[in-house]
Amino acid sequence: MLTIEHLRKSFGGVAAINDVSLHFEPGSLTAVIGPNGAGKTTFFNLITGAYRPDAGRVVLGGEDIAGLPAPVIMRRGMGRAFQVASIFSSLTVRESILGAVNAHRRDYAQLLRRFPLARAQSHADEVMELVGLSARAHVLSGNLSHGDQKLLDIALALALEPRVLLLDEPTAGMGSEERWQMIETVHQLWARKQITLIFIEHDMDIVFKYAQTIRVLSYGKVLAEGTAEQVRRNPAVIEAYLGAHFEGRAA
Amino acid sequence: MIRSALGRDLLFAVGGLILLAALPLVFPGKAFADFVIRLSAFAIYATSLNLLIGYGGLVSFGHGLFYGLGAYSFALLMQKAGTSIPLAFALTILINGAVAAVIGAICIRLKEIYFSFLTLAFQMLLHSLIIAWTSVTGGDQGLTGGVPRPPFLGIRLDDPRHLYFFCCAVLVVSLFIMRHLVQSPFGYTLRMIRDNPRRAAFLGIHVWRIRLLAFVVAGIFGGVGGMLISLFVSSAYPDFAYWTVSGEGVFMILLGGMGVFLGPLAGAGILLLLNDLVTRLTEHYSLVLGIVILAFALGLRKGVLGFLKDWWTKRAAGTKGRQSAATPAA
Repeated sequence: MLTIEHLRKSFGGVAAINDVSLHFEPGSLTAVIGPNGAGKTTFFNLITGAYRPDAGRVVLGGEDIAGLPAPVIMRRGMGRAFQVASIFSSLTVRESILGAVNAHRRDYAQLLRRFPLARAQSHADEVMELVGLSARAHVLSGNLSHGDQKLLDIALALALEPRVLLLDEPTAGMGSEERWQMIETVHQLWARKQITLIFIEHDMDIVFKYAQTIRVLSYGKVLAEGTAEQVRRNPAVIEAYLGAHFEGRAA
Repeated sequence: MIRSALGRDLLFAVGGLILLAALPLVFPGKAFADFVIRLSAFAIYATSLNLLIGYGGLVSFGHGLFYGLGAYSFALLMQKAGTSIPLAFALTILINGAVAAVIGAICIRLKEIYFSFLTLAFQMLLHSLIIAWTSVTGGDQGLTGGVPRPPFLGIRLDDPRHLYFFCCAVLVVSLFIMRHLVQSPFGYTLRMIRDNPRRAAFLGIHVWRIRLLAFVVAGIFGGVGGMLISLFVSSAYPDFAYWTVSGEGVFMILLGGMGVFLGPLAGAGILLLLNDLVTRLTEHYSLVLGIVILAFALGLRKGVLGFLKDWWTKRAAGTKGRQSAATPAA
């Protein structure tokens, strides 16, 4: 589904991503972990078109999308949510999602019809139901709680019906209980939609419980990859990121 | 629901037109008719600027360019080419659209203040061109010889009553079209881009295309405002393309409120009233205007209609709250 080959990106001579090659199976649920500054968000930025790679290929469904602009990559079947919820503050939840559906269906520049388009409504309602925002459909996005803003950010990406969904720290800034609720919602929508889901996460309990496979980045390189068990026991990962206390917490 | 929203706007437009048509019965003087004609020109112009500022988050300091371009294009077409009024209207729209497309393609790639300054630079370029190209534009004296107003479809614009009704009709039709545009999927995409252009791009939206489209639409309607003023004064002057016209557009939006569609119309009315009343009382018009604008900027940031809308919303919410408190839970 998604294959990254020898991806490189430097900023001012510092290699942020250094010869990264990874493969993500269709319908897989993968966590990308690593210490701060490992290049996780840069990795997302490179494969979604926010940055242009210096070298390498990003192959989505057989097509190299490396270096294409973000809107074009989104049209190829990618969806993305951000570490800090990226929403439309002055629009309601429903208007925002309808706008995203219009974008997905290329109706966003329609001049002759009225908003909302009838053909967008059922899909928008389905997306709101999927993330549990139906009850807050008419609330201004800027007035939502932090957790709901994160859900809306994910809902916007889901409105694009992506083949690959990238979530940059979906639980960032949340309390313990809220974090587990959020990841459970993410897990359920992954199970229902059967999309390839890749998420960056710092909470190792969440990562080890939910991720089918884990990719560890450190200093812009792939340090390790494998199942939770393999990663948890990997001495290089323990030394660079997890710390010795995780060794004894193997399931 | 969709049809009713469009129908409501249409009803509102027809009602507005009937009201404007009836007003001369109450205010029969020429001064009132002249005021409404000037208001029509400025209201279309300010509303078109608000498509950029209020809906698109694009603060243009040079929108007066299109007002001046519309006035000169129309007046020159009528005067030099001898075209009919409908043809001159259509050609002016095409000229404004084409110029807006070229200038917009350059400007909208820049962010915030750089965008604002570049639009201002283009406006000053047009102003300089008008001053310098004396053989065509009449230079700083403006176009002399008047703008012919040949009759068309039974409409005789050299008759003040016909001119009044014509300007009212153009105002209502222009506002109706712009209202429809901001309520279309394009209008909502424009709001999305205003709020968060990066997020919009990550939804597959080509941000610059939407901004360019908004710039062209605003340029066209800015030109329609210019055409009306050119018809009214039967000429075109370099002042129409001067930077102060852009400033006045921003003031109108500020006074009326950028968050309400009819805010710029209200702002245009307030500014023209201020102009007409204050200049009668004192020669220090600019000082009074400055104080009024300062008062709005400090105390009434959402403009008159924005303030009234907030007040109405709070009042309605309060009434609803009281009603639900009085109704026992089912």
